[in-house]
Amino acid sequence: MLKENKRLNKSMFKENAAYTVLLAPFMVLFAVFTVLPIVSSVVLSFFDYDMVSTPIFNGVGNYFRMFMEDKIFITVLKNTLIMAVITGPVGFMLSFLLAWCISEFNPILRTFLAFLFYAPALVGNAFYIWQVAFSGDSNGYLNSLLLSIGLINDPIVWFKDTNYNMMIVIIVQLWSNMGVAFLANVAGVQNVSEELFEAGAIDGIRNRWQELWYITLPSMKSILLFGAVMQIQSSFSIGAVITALAGYPSVNNSLDTIVSYLGDVGTLRYEFGYAAAISVFLFVLMAFTKIAIENLLELLGK
Amino acid sequence: MFKNKSFGPQKNNKLKSQYRRYTRSKFGNFAFFVFLTLMGLFSVLPLIYCVITSLKPLEELLVFPPKFWVERPTFKNYEVLPSLLSSLRVPVSRYIFNSVFVALISTILHILAASGAAFTFSKSNLKHKKLLFAIVQFALLYNSYTLAIPQYLIFSKTNIIDSYWVYILPAIPSAMGCFLMKQYVDMSIPDALLEAAKIDGAGIIRIFIQIVMPLIKPAWLTLFLFSFRDMWSIIPGGTIFSEELKTLPQVMSSLTAGGIARSGSAMAATVILMIPPIVVFWCTQSNVMETMSSSGIKG
Repeated sequence: MLKENKRLNKSMFKENAAYTVLLAPFMVLFAVFTVLPIVSSVVLSFFDYDMVSTPIFNGVGNYFRMFMEDKIFITVLKNTLIMAVITGPVGFMLSFLLAWCISEFNPILRTFLAFLFYAPALVGNAFYIWQVAFSGDSNGYLNSLLLSIGLINDPIVWFKDTNYNMMIVIIVQLWSNMGVAFLANVAGVQNVSEELFEAGAIDGIRNRWQELWYITLPSMKSILLFGAVMQIQSSFSIGAVITALAGYPSVNNSLDTIVSYLGDVGTLRYEFGYAAAISVFLFVLMAFTKIAIENLLELLGK
Repeated sequence: MFKNKSFGPQKNNKLKSQYRRYTRSKFGNFAFFVFLTLMGLFSVLPLIYCVITSLKPLEELLVFPPKFWVERPTFKNYEVLPSLLSSLRVPVSRYIFNSVFVALISTILHILAASGAAFTFSKSNLKHKKLLFAIVQFALLYNSYTLAIPQYLIFSKTNIIDSYWVYILPAIPSAMGCFLMKQYVDMSIPDALLEAAKIDGAGIIRIFIQIVMPLIKPAWLTLFLFSFRDMWSIIPGGTIFSEELKTLPQVMSSLTAGGIARSGSAMAATVILMIPPIVVFWCTQSNVMETMSSSGIKG
């Protein structure tokens, strides 16, 4: 009995050693290049720091300023939340729906369709087409189209008009940011066990929607969580798209988000302690969203 | 055990189509087709626009109002690229080598490190693995903007500035890749399979290489594409000074910052830079699409 235990312990030890070997390279580099910078950024958020003079301890002053004194911050927070609430869920559902739909076709057609949907990610940060399409003068594609069919009489300055600019940014963001979650979902849908579908068919599943709800979604829950986290990350971090299309600052800060504001605070005003505090707050916001979504996904297929 | 056929792609597609016929309606198929066509057009249009613009002669680039289509297509924008590049001190082949080298090496190392870590997070009994994995997941959510300064300090302390390492080392522990692989291992490797392999006497490392990696091939092929695309287009900010260590996108972007007269060549450069990721896309994804469900695994 004792001998048996000893042998088990020994094999357990060997197993753990092997796992440690597999984990170590990633974790060591991760600690150096990711965790360490994050920790120092959090520490920095309690200081005043302009990159030249030595940091001065400021307590929670940066956080106090964020909510009590900085009116622009409240505006950009509101914009960020509106954009995240729309692009997050829509982008998430779209990336899954598309992945699921293309799985109905044969492999060649499927690869071709996946290519179409992944194309925006391959073009990179080329926002040119959107600039031409939504150009504010009568030569922009959209304006000239609307003018020629007589829907409008004067060209609309799309990015300056607060009725439209948010909507346009949301569309461009959705278009440019679906790639990762979409392809992860494709790989996930591919790997749902065929036997589950067979068993489902025997159990009386009669259409693809039932199959989707009772089999596909529950079995790829873990990949869905990945897609959701990627969407949370990108939808709370909209910034580059806006600066490229509408510039910074936009009219009455109507488009500026936390991330585009970060660029202003850090790169233009050299207030790195304050920028760090804003990053920490943004992180907390995303972390809570992630936890909430994780619990929501648990309900799938129930 | 390891040669068991049931681990490979399955050949029961016939069976699949037989039972699936009952679960598919004609209207549903049609609705899918319309939805996909519309979305596909929407998302591929910018890519087509890049290609078309790169074929426009200067007169057409300057024309007002701008036209989508090209009337007299020319390859001139592509033809001037070599002469623009030849004025540089370092031969173009060097930049191409750097880009390919950096993208391939960091992608391969990232996949190995991330898969090993993901397998451990998913299946081991190590203490604190939940906490460590939570840190990886949450790190993904921290905005990278304020990390630039501390990261730069770490690069200079570790003495990797102005070497290939500054591209490669930070790319290896990307949290996104580890997270994706972990979720995929969770989904597709049943514990019973590992137990069976252990009873047959296989060690953890051997199980990882011979059983787990083949079964999660769709995930690492996809990760290969993500990582290659990111690393191919990397433009390091202030960490590379030697001309012979710069990458192709870096050089291209400095060349094409030349106003409207060069916007044609800028597009041509953009199109050329798109080609390697597109090739990688077709190589990896056509493979992913063929890996049908591994129904041989019995949980």
